[in-house]
Amino acid sequence: MEKMPKWADVVLIPLISLILAAILSTLVILAIGENPVEAVNLMVTGALGSTYGWGYTLYYATNFMFTGLAVAVAFHARLFNIGGEGQAMLGGLGVAVACLYIPWPHWSIALLAACAASMLFGAAWAAIPAYLQAKRGSHIVITTIMFNFIAAAFLNYMLVNVMRPQGSQDPATARFPEAVHLPTFQSMFSTAENAVFRGAPANISFFVALLACVVVWALIWRTRLGYEIRAYGHSETGAVYAGISPVRITIIAMLISGALAGLMAINNVMGEAERLVLNATEGAGFIGIAVALMGRSHPFGVFLAAILFGFLYQGGAELALWTSIPRELIVVIQALVILFTGALDNMVRIPLEKLFLGLRKGAE
Amino acid sequence: MEFFVTLVQVLDSTIRLATPLLLACLAGLYSERAGIFDIGLEGKMLMSAFFSAAVAAVTGSVWLGLMAGIGASLILSALHGVASITFRGNQLISGVAINFLASGLTVLIAQSWFQQGGRTPSLFGGGRFEPISFPFAEALDAAPIIGPVYSELLSGHSILVYVAFLMVPLTWWVLYRTRFGLRLRAVGENPAAVDTAGVSVVGLRFAAVAICGVLCGIAGAYLATALQAGFVKEMTAGRGFIALAALIFAKWRPWHAMWACLLFGLLQAIALRFQNIDLGGIIIPVQVMDALPYILTVVILAGFVGKAIPPRAGGEPYVKER
Amino acid sequence: MTVPAIELKGISKAFGPVQANKDISISVAPGTIHGIIGENGAGKSTLMSILYGFYKADKGEIWINGTKTDIPDSQAAIASGIGMVFQHFKLVENFTVLENIVLGAEDGGMLAPSLAKARKELKALEEEYELFVDPDKRIDEIGVGRQQRVEILKALYRKAEILILDEPTGVLTPSEADQLFRILHRLREEGKTIILITHKLREIMEATDTVSVMRRGQMTATVKTAETSPQELAELMVGRKVLLQVDKVPAQPGKPILEIENLRVVDEAGVERVKGIDLTVRAGEIVGIAGVAGNGQSELLEVLGGMRPGQGTIRLNGTPLALSGHGSDGQARRAQGIAHVPEDRQREGLIMDFHAWENVAFGYHRDPAYKRGLFMDNAALRADTERKIEKFDVRPPNAWLTAKNFSGGNQQKIVVAREIERNPDLLLVGQPTRGVDIGAIEFIHKQIVALRDQGKAILLVSVELEEIFSLSDRIAVMFDGHIMGERLPHETDEKELGLLMAGVAGEAA
Repeated sequence: MEKMPKWADVVLIPLISLILAAILSTLVILAIGENPVEAVNLMVTGALGSTYGWGYTLYYATNFMFTGLAVAVAFHARLFNIGGEGQAMLGGLGVAVACLYIPWPHWSIALLAACAASMLFGAAWAAIPAYLQAKRGSHIVITTIMFNFIAAAFLNYMLVNVMRPQGSQDPATARFPEAVHLPTFQSMFSTAENAVFRGAPANISFFVALLACVVVWALIWRTRLGYEIRAYGHSETGAVYAGISPVRITIIAMLISGALAGLMAINNVMGEAERLVLNATEGAGFIGIAVALMGRSHPFGVFLAAILFGFLYQGGAELALWTSIPRELIVVIQALVILFTGALDNMVRIPLEKLFLGLRKGAE
Repeated sequence: MEFFVTLVQVLDSTIRLATPLLLACLAGLYSERAGIFDIGLEGKMLMSAFFSAAVAAVTGSVWLGLMAGIGASLILSALHGVASITFRGNQLISGVAINFLASGLTVLIAQSWFQQGGRTPSLFGGGRFEPISFPFAEALDAAPIIGPVYSELLSGHSILVYVAFLMVPLTWWVLYRTRFGLRLRAVGENPAAVDTAGVSVVGLRFAAVAICGVLCGIAGAYLATALQAGFVKEMTAGRGFIALAALIFAKWRPWHAMWACLLFGLLQAIALRFQNIDLGGIIIPVQVMDALPYILTVVILAGFVGKAIPPRAGGEPYVKER
Repeated sequence: MTVPAIELKGISKAFGPVQANKDISISVAPGTIHGIIGENGAGKSTLMSILYGFYKADKGEIWINGTKTDIPDSQAAIASGIGMVFQHFKLVENFTVLENIVLGAEDGGMLAPSLAKARKELKALEEEYELFVDPDKRIDEIGVGRQQRVEILKALYRKAEILILDEPTGVLTPSEADQLFRILHRLREEGKTIILITHKLREIMEATDTVSVMRRGQMTATVKTAETSPQELAELMVGRKVLLQVDKVPAQPGKPILEIENLRVVDEAGVERVKGIDLTVRAGEIVGIAGVAGNGQSELLEVLGGMRPGQGTIRLNGTPLALSGHGSDGQARRAQGIAHVPEDRQREGLIMDFHAWENVAFGYHRDPAYKRGLFMDNAALRADTERKIEKFDVRPPNAWLTAKNFSGGNQQKIVVAREIERNPDLLLVGQPTRGVDIGAIEFIHKQIVALRDQGKAILLVSVELEEIFSLSDRIAVMFDGHIMGERLPHETDEKELGLLMAGVAGEAA
């Protein structure tokens, strides 16, 4: 017999965790002497009150969808990929190489090439930890953490010593040519008399992210590969019995994960900055962990959680602009979400299971 | 002679830079030897760095600062313990959460208390740990070789440096010569053995996590009140992860941990002093030095240079077998 | 009337909706060996875990030597003079024997004096009970028999007067088991009280003074061993007359399906588990492999099922199989016509968190019948599942239930349905009825025999001699990676097989 209904597991537990995180965040805001109601008001108006706000919210959400899906796919194979940050950095390098060194006639072809390049670079960066986990049993959490730092040093070297244009003091690549600039929401949705999303960075990558959600869903729940990934994630001995190679699944799942994290670069590097700068990822790789945990590793959940975090990021930026609450408040909220939906899951789950068991006994 | 002076200076800087790594590394050693993985060393150090600097700045007493730092670090340890021991949550996810919590809260509180853009006021006088001069350090300074080694390399560090290096034999002794150490190692290898022997697994693991908190607290306080004079945003700069790397490099053994931390400290000292190193035509960029600890750790983890086998029960919450 | 060493009064314990122990009372006289027998899952281990403070009973009282005692944790159990030897040893593998014995029973904070004292006492204990082990060897350097002695020594070092042993012979050869029983008798002579938990009738008859029978969480009887018989105990265990013989017609062996020549298997730790065996299984016969767990039977099945590499020759229908590298995995084996009911259905045969219908595809998920375009044809798969559920009478008949929510017997039926319905040339079956209720056992046995009667080859591995006898047309006995001999079931008996299982070769070997 199930301990509790499925909807409780999928909806109620994340919701309660979120409420707990919200309560604690409120206390934090009170503790630093600010008004939580006002803060929420500011965040909502700033992030959702205008197409400009939405443009930023959806821009951030796009990043988080990619990194959230990356973490989620690895989770299905019971792999914890903390390396999304490094893989997204390398994805940025891939986009920069694709955009700078090949003269593309049109942005649409450039986007396809950039997708391929970013996925390739991201996957390549995940490949070594994946191989070491699969073949040599090196703990993937530790190796991916190490690879984040190595990626940062590598990118630093590439930007300072190799890709920086002559005469520039800035550790960044040159601007990408006009032809590869992606259409923003502003150019896509504005009419002559009514300009919307003005100056906001949301761009066509958002739709690529939506597509990625659908593709990942189909991959995990409808294909044989997805079946094998899930089976391996639930039981390694079972996988061996069924003739599913743990080595193969570990490597494939990590390659997909790395490719998804790398794909984020089409949004932040190609879509927004239009050049590669240091720290372009801004921690989005780590937010993917919170997004995947909250979204219960399901693409639809990841989509919702990414929008929520997009709202928090844009709202947080507005907050920092108009009050003395720094942007780091969002980092705190993010930590609380990871804590409650991830590490303290049992704290919410066990009482809830008891409650449902009690309800059922009462009904009988 | 000039080379020798440079060498002493680099080694002196190595000791300073290795100290926070060593403290954090030993902190991780206690926790992981008891079977609790801790990737939240970074967060605990950062939290302690802030609170030690903040309290030292306000009270003017570095000792009160140290206490506050240890206290703050202990609170995060308790959180890790509750999540991973009491509620049997995922230790890695808990560690990730703690790192973010520290990263966010320190800036948030710093801004609220001091309004200096997420930093504390600079510390001076009694607000900092001052170097300790060994007897006759000045008198001996002139002596060749011995002089600089004694007066600059060995003498002239803050008390926390000596504490850190004394922790090494102490940890070895605790681990291998005491009842507590035996039980600690056992609970990291097979908690069921400890449980059926009538010893509390939960109690032991909380004790280990608490020791880890104290040592991370000292490490953070050292950063903010001895190595530097005050807290700045993200000042741990990945040291918690280098310490973790050192712990794996040392295969969870105290003396080896010291050598690993000295090695990684040396890499940092060299990177700090030389930027790009010219080795007879081949230029080693500074970024290689930055990445080297992580690369070395991956190589060790890959098992190409002796396999690093973590404590067997590490990372797994203990559930009584039915 | 002596005061009982242990008295349990009305013990009840539930795990969620599962009632593991129901109102159990038992009384054990001091200086005796008391057996507790029951099928897997009857609640024996739970009861003893309560006595050792691992679980807290929901209801009931524990009396030790005439005093009501609360045992909230293992510490309290040890203080009350109770020692326990678990089925899976609770030893720290990279510690020495001495360190393991001292752990938790140290004197003072320093280790050195504790170890010195323990070394002295250990010597005395060893001589008193003839329990010899080298105190300075690491646990992972000594064999399981020795490890078990360490567990017993641990209890004695803690001054245990009452010793509980949970399925102690599961990992032992018959001769090691005999040695263990000698030790237990010696302990009884010294006045210790011993509780022996087992599901093997032979051990109860040989070693105990009194015996209690458990069934489905309840205590069904307590009798003097001398006044009962194995048949009576067996009936008490399962609740009705046991069908010791499966109805089947004599086998009509045909051409060889599986031919194994000089097969060797080396495990991950580099230990040779199968040491060059030869075996043939023909169409239309069931070959049973008997042996104590851990003598290479599991590895044999795993190589055949594509779960681990081996060396040597295996032919199926005359075609050699790849034993390592490409084409040697479970997918290849299935494609070649080998189906496999694995020994551990929870860890291998099923994904416990998958729905029943997802589990019906497990291992066969690449079957084109379950494929539509790029995707899996889940509708076809569910329809197939409904058919199998009906045919094999899986209860409840719900394809959407996750595997973990079925009972052991119904889980096994799902596995057996999946494998047998593939109509394989060769069926590998490991411990088909472990933890399965008696009704499902009969059903599963009938299905296996029916497959044989269709002219398929079946290789059965079981540690239950009864099962081997009732199903096999031919019996091979494995010991220490070798096949010690082959026998026909009607020409041999448990005694002869027992000797072979202990490595004592018969005239045919």
